[in-house]
Amino acid sequence: MDFTPHTPGQVREMLDTIGVKSVADLFAQIPPHLRAKSFDLPAGISEFEMLDRLKGLAKQNADVVPFVGGGFYDHLIPSAVDHLAGRSEFYTAYTPYQPECSQGSLQALFEYQTAICRLTGLDVSNASLYDGGTALAEGALMAIRITGRQRLVIDGAVNPFHRAIVKTYLENLPVEVVEVPPEDASTAGGALFGEIDDRCAAVLVSNPTFFGCAADYTELAAKIHENGGLLVSSVYPVSLGLLKSPGEMGVDIAVGDGQSLGNPLSFGGPAFGFIAAKKALIRNMPGRIVGETVDRENRRGFVLTLQAREQHIKRHKATSNICSNQSLCALRGLIHMSLLGKQGIVTLAQRNRDKAAYALGALTAIRGVTHINREPYFNEFTVRLPGRADDAVAALLRRGIAAGVPLGNWYPGGDKDIVVTVTEKRSKVEIDRLAKELESVLWS
Amino acid sequence: MELIYEKSVPGRHGVALPANDVPPAPPLPARLQRSGAAGLPELSELDVVRHFTTLSRRNVGVDGTFYPLGSCTMKYNPKSAEEAAKLFTPFHPMPALLLGGEPLVQGSLALLQHMDELLQEITGMDAVTCQPLAGAHGEMTGIMVIAAYHRAKGNKKKYVIVPDSSHGTNPASAAMAGYEIVTIPTAPYGDMDLDAFKAALSDEVAAVMMTCPNTLGLFNPHIKEICDLAHGVDALVYYDGANLNAILGHVRPGDVGFDVVHVNLHKTFGTPHGSGGPGSGPIGVKAALAPFLPVPRVVKLDDGTFGVADDTARSIGRSANFFGNFGVIVRAYAYILMLGREGLIEASELAVLNANYVMSRLKDVYELPYDQTCMHECVFSASRQMAHGVHAIDIAKFLIDRGYHPPTVYFPMIVKEAIMIEPTETESKETLDAFIAVMREAADTAVTDPAALLRAPVTTPVSRLDETKAARSQNVCFTG
Repeated sequence: MDFTPHTPGQVREMLDTIGVKSVADLFAQIPPHLRAKSFDLPAGISEFEMLDRLKGLAKQNADVVPFVGGGFYDHLIPSAVDHLAGRSEFYTAYTPYQPECSQGSLQALFEYQTAICRLTGLDVSNASLYDGGTALAEGALMAIRITGRQRLVIDGAVNPFHRAIVKTYLENLPVEVVEVPPEDASTAGGALFGEIDDRCAAVLVSNPTFFGCAADYTELAAKIHENGGLLVSSVYPVSLGLLKSPGEMGVDIAVGDGQSLGNPLSFGGPAFGFIAAKKALIRNMPGRIVGETVDRENRRGFVLTLQAREQHIKRHKATSNICSNQSLCALRGLIHMSLLGKQGIVTLAQRNRDKAAYALGALTAIRGVTHINREPYFNEFTVRLPGRADDAVAALLRRGIAAGVPLGNWYPGGDKDIVVTVTEKRSKVEIDRLAKELESVLWS
Repeated sequence: MELIYEKSVPGRHGVALPANDVPPAPPLPARLQRSGAAGLPELSELDVVRHFTTLSRRNVGVDGTFYPLGSCTMKYNPKSAEEAAKLFTPFHPMPALLLGGEPLVQGSLALLQHMDELLQEITGMDAVTCQPLAGAHGEMTGIMVIAAYHRAKGNKKKYVIVPDSSHGTNPASAAMAGYEIVTIPTAPYGDMDLDAFKAALSDEVAAVMMTCPNTLGLFNPHIKEICDLAHGVDALVYYDGANLNAILGHVRPGDVGFDVVHVNLHKTFGTPHGSGGPGSGPIGVKAALAPFLPVPRVVKLDDGTFGVADDTARSIGRSANFFGNFGVIVRAYAYILMLGREGLIEASELAVLNANYVMSRLKDVYELPYDQTCMHECVFSASRQMAHGVHAIDIAKFLIDRGYHPPTVYFPMIVKEAIMIEPTETESKETLDAFIAVMREAADTAVTDPAALLRAPVTTPVSRLDETKAARSQNVCFTG
């Protein structure tokens, strides 16, 4: 299978025009000692054979009912999201460098930025980042640039994968990273305050935390601001239908994973990361930003703006190396948010909490299972089992249920604990089955 | 046209949830609740569908028109690859990382493992990870792997060398890994100045980042010498795979001596660019660097099944959450399977043929600063047209009126008034001939009626937007 339209006669005509005898002559500039030593790949196949093969692979994955999150959530996606984002004018376009023939994606990204600002309660947003973890790392780097300080404090209740990404990003820079262990499967709480001083660039927190707890960081924001630093908060966008927004708390930079807005699980990607901030911080933001302007006849239009921050202009002095972002996934997020609307996201968030409350009741009705979060939950909560959590989770996986994420790998003393995620997509029947199977694994 | 927020009508909604089958949860404490609902637009489903359909008509993509945007490789994106990606949308990545979860995700892991093997063979490297989420992310991950290698050896390294023709992401990625940048000028023959390179090379150089063919579309015949010189001071050599599509099957970076390579799946292997992403930027490394690759990694177990290794002992850690932009990887995998060995070689050859054909037919009317056989793209300058007050941007806008997406303009920065044309292999001679005719017409018009070019575009909803005003007003969020 190939996608090239050339006939042999046309190839000949083109070679004649160029003035060479063969296509090989065009590669004559490559000296023989640089030629490939091997290129041992399978022969090509038709699309039908390819699809058969990939269907075969997909069948080797099992259907599992996910009560797991870890930054990726199994939410309902309205049909219109696929249909609209599937328009090839969007998905086969490049970055909108030529605004006159890219107003569609530029306006959509401006609308996306607006939705992110409204959801987070902040003033400015970029046009997307890669994912939630890299967005947190970019938020940390942004705070370091703004404050000129080299010390970061991270709440140990932030998603461990995201913390790992932050550490990887900062490994080669002269930055001290202090992780503060969480308490009671909630947040690091008061211990964070003790780490704040005038050398601290930022405190990194999340809401909800990895344990599922909702938090109010208003006092923390005041404390870090008194010391001249910034508060960076990672948020789960669906939760912002209910939870106090970063802007209301005084958060300076909000980041997060946008997957829960209209993007399928897809074994971990693609989805998108987002970053929003207070207006004064805009020149230190990473990535592309779309701005409103007018054309020469004073008509409203949109362009990529503040590009002097970016790598293609500033090279090594850029605010980030990011070039391609996750535009199409951000577009999916915008379409989903538009279908939900102002009330819809509140209802969606409430439904998530309703399902979690029901599941929490069902699980804690099992002998020996206790709820250990100190703070209220959104759609995830942490329970302690009577035995090793990873064994129980493994047993339930064999029954087609991903019951939760065991905490033992990341938190000392967490060997018996699991974080259970319950989105609006989980039915009462599925939740009841989770409880029944868990009970059977634990006690029969 | 109106913003979606300007179409909002209080009380409308576009999607309904299923009936609630559980009791309502007790309310959250007030201190944790937001004070009012976020101002998302209120519309019916049809309102939303009309809005985004209208927006889509204000965009052009490869499906609609020739899109010779240099350095971006806007080749056709096969529809069957889209279908392939849909097969994997229901699967959560987390079970792969749980005890006992690997048997449930064997299909995904097998695909990733096979993709790693295919990319190893294509690039001539010993190990591959598909975790990086875009080309620049691959660059940064690759440079971090290099930094970890030097740290493990106790090497004291300070600098990364890049040619001035490099993509801006190269120096930006190296800077994120803590290195200082040394930029080497381009020699009159179009490649990195070898003498200047030799003068800059020292024991403190951690890496040299090369794009080959470079952003002028030229193949550097000295790349092996550059690799050997770098290795002489224990500097590693990074291959920016942005232009790998030019040399598939002809040259493998690993054979030449490169230590790290990234591959832009969205360029070389035909996955769609999505108005700016998602991309995917797997990296390949030589064996000595494999222990430093990010986790989680897919491994083949002794019993023939696939597992996940999450050992961070020597790894740089995590550069992304899970296994990369998996849906993009599936599309590229589908593309490689369909084209196969011969198809991939042919793709490179016809991409190079198309670029040289366009170059041959335009070089009498546009200045060609580096007049030699090019690879997959050619770079002209609008310097002759400037004598008539016409710039590269004016030619670009004229092309928009004629239904084309313009080539890349003003990049690479080392060419004044650059017009960078990358036709790709999926375009027919008829398409190229029609485009060439319009490019020649633009050159003629620059002489006969330059004002016509300065007026362009006249067929678009907006024309010549005021970028200064956008940057000054910083209106990036609708506040109405």
